[in-house]
Amino acid sequence: MKAAIVGSGNIGTDLLYKLLRSPVLQPRWMVGVDPASEGLRRAADLGLEVSVEGAEWLLRQDELPDVVFEATSAAVHRANAPRYAEAGIRAIDLTPAAVGPYVVPPVNLGEHADAPNINLITCGGQATIPMVHAVSRVVPVSYAEIVASVASVSAGPGTRANIDEFTRTTSRGIEAIGGAGRGKAIIVLNPADPPMIMRDTIFCAIPEDTDPDPITDSIARMETDIRSYVPGFRLLREPQYDAGRVAIFVEVAGAGDFLPEYAGNLDIMTAAATKVGEEIARAAAPEPAADRHVTA
Amino acid sequence: MQQRLNLRLTDTSLRDGSHHKRHQFTADDVRSIVAALDGAGVPVIEVTHGDGLGGSSFNYGFSHTPEQELIKVAVETATQAEIAVLMLPGVGVKDDILVSQDNGASIVRIATHCTEADVSVQHFQLARERGLETVGFLMMAHSQPPEALAKQARIMADAGCQCVYVVDSAGALVLEQVSERVEALVAELGDDAQVGFHGHENLGLSVANSVAAARAGAVQIDGSVRGFGAGAGNTPLEAFVGVCDKLGFETGVDFFKIVDAAEDVVRPVMPDECLLDRMALMMGYAGVYSSFLKHAYTQAERYGVSGAQILVRAGERKLVGGQEDQLIDIALELSREKVR
Repeated sequence: MKAAIVGSGNIGTDLLYKLLRSPVLQPRWMVGVDPASEGLRRAADLGLEVSVEGAEWLLRQDELPDVVFEATSAAVHRANAPRYAEAGIRAIDLTPAAVGPYVVPPVNLGEHADAPNINLITCGGQATIPMVHAVSRVVPVSYAEIVASVASVSAGPGTRANIDEFTRTTSRGIEAIGGAGRGKAIIVLNPADPPMIMRDTIFCAIPEDTDPDPITDSIARMETDIRSYVPGFRLLREPQYDAGRVAIFVEVAGAGDFLPEYAGNLDIMTAAATKVGEEIARAAAPEPAADRHVTA
Repeated sequence: MQQRLNLRLTDTSLRDGSHHKRHQFTADDVRSIVAALDGAGVPVIEVTHGDGLGGSSFNYGFSHTPEQELIKVAVETATQAEIAVLMLPGVGVKDDILVSQDNGASIVRIATHCTEADVSVQHFQLARERGLETVGFLMMAHSQPPEALAKQARIMADAGCQCVYVVDSAGALVLEQVSERVEALVAELGDDAQVGFHGHENLGLSVANSVAAARAGAVQIDGSVRGFGAGAGNTPLEAFVGVCDKLGFETGVDFFKIVDAAEDVVRPVMPDECLLDRMALMMGYAGVYSSFLKHAYTQAERYGVSGAQILVRAGERKLVGGQEDQLIDIALELSREKVR
């Protein structure tokens, strides 16, 4: 399946490497708006067609992608989404625009494989919402709250300009996909040098008299599911139970595709996008394409 | 040499003091403190959850009374003082600012870690569009040299911030270190924005640091009556007012009235005095975010480890404001090390 990446910042560039390794997705185009973009330079070196004229240019080409991965900003994706739809291009949205349904692969990947537009919430959402779900599939969770700490150097200008969208979209994802009655998200940028590896804490309000063992077990199973596509994801500690609350501590180390290991926030987002893209490709063509575009 | 300076003071006891009070302020607490400060001539009173708008949470502690109700009470009570709110991008959102404006707040103070000013741009823009007065907080200002701080101040000023504060969140700055930072901001901002200073008492220097800031060009100074704030507390506002009287700095605040307010109104609301004790000293010395203090106590008790060690390790890990959750992780780490 022919794929294009729109947005050549940290996320788009990290995604590029993952798509190049995919047996079923062929990244052919990468577009941005910044002529000095490191991501576009790398994409060109790796044999993709590139442009600094953004989605406009992409949609003018004779041959169009089957699927576009959007790694720009919420506002840009909201403008582009109808145009992709008009051109019959499936969109996997890595911005917090939330035009299409939310998908977190270990929770609801299969449900929206035919949706024209799929939203991946946020990096913090991908790292934490599965854990909220792991608790809420065992006991009712009236409220869940996540704290995502990421290294400053891994948060690009798009993330910074859209920090409100991050907190609001993640909060809604905690409710809609995590299964919490009410959700809250907090993000903290930490400039420590050497950069800290992404850490997330998930707090869930649970009934006071709950037996912790089935919850702890469900959390461990979810860790295994996430590690199947994000090997750097791990529980840092045993879940901690206090009156009416469980706290879950995780760390997400990246695969080091574009930015180094600390940038687990990029990795979990781009790994999720790749997994969703592959699911769409497999649903569209049961026989996977044999030839790899490039072997990474 | 006698300088004549006009300073605008902001009392933060109903925001920074929220940490010391573990976010348990009631409407009555707010009514009585605002009435006393307003009567003493304090021009700006900040009222918000300690961690800013939307701070009520597992991570920072849930508010006893929703902060917007407290803001409303403060606005209704004040006759001359303006009511300010604090917000941290990443914790609160723009809607929280709009709700506080609807409730009568007229000043919004937007706080970021002192290397991350660009996350505040959208909030300053919104605040100015809505006619709010704006203040920017560069937190943990001890951790960056003056030139780096000035560059971050420029980002805030360009986004619409009218006064950028050097915020000594850890109470770690010492005299000249304050002056140098304030001077760098004044030189960078010129007439584009004012400069302010927010101190903590963790090395016993908050009043002296505030004087240094004023002499270096800061025209807005924060304090909390009776020091009612995080860590060893903030600059005790009544002491600073007295010092300003002696130095000939104009504050517009009545010394005798604010001393009475501190003793008769504010102290009874405080759970206990803010102390310059071992834990607080660790924070000033190791450069740790003052709001971590109560959380360190909680986790030390929960896991049977040393609170001072939690704080020192928080400094070693270079945690920034907002990462209270990591104190639990540190406590678990310490308890494991103890078992081994």
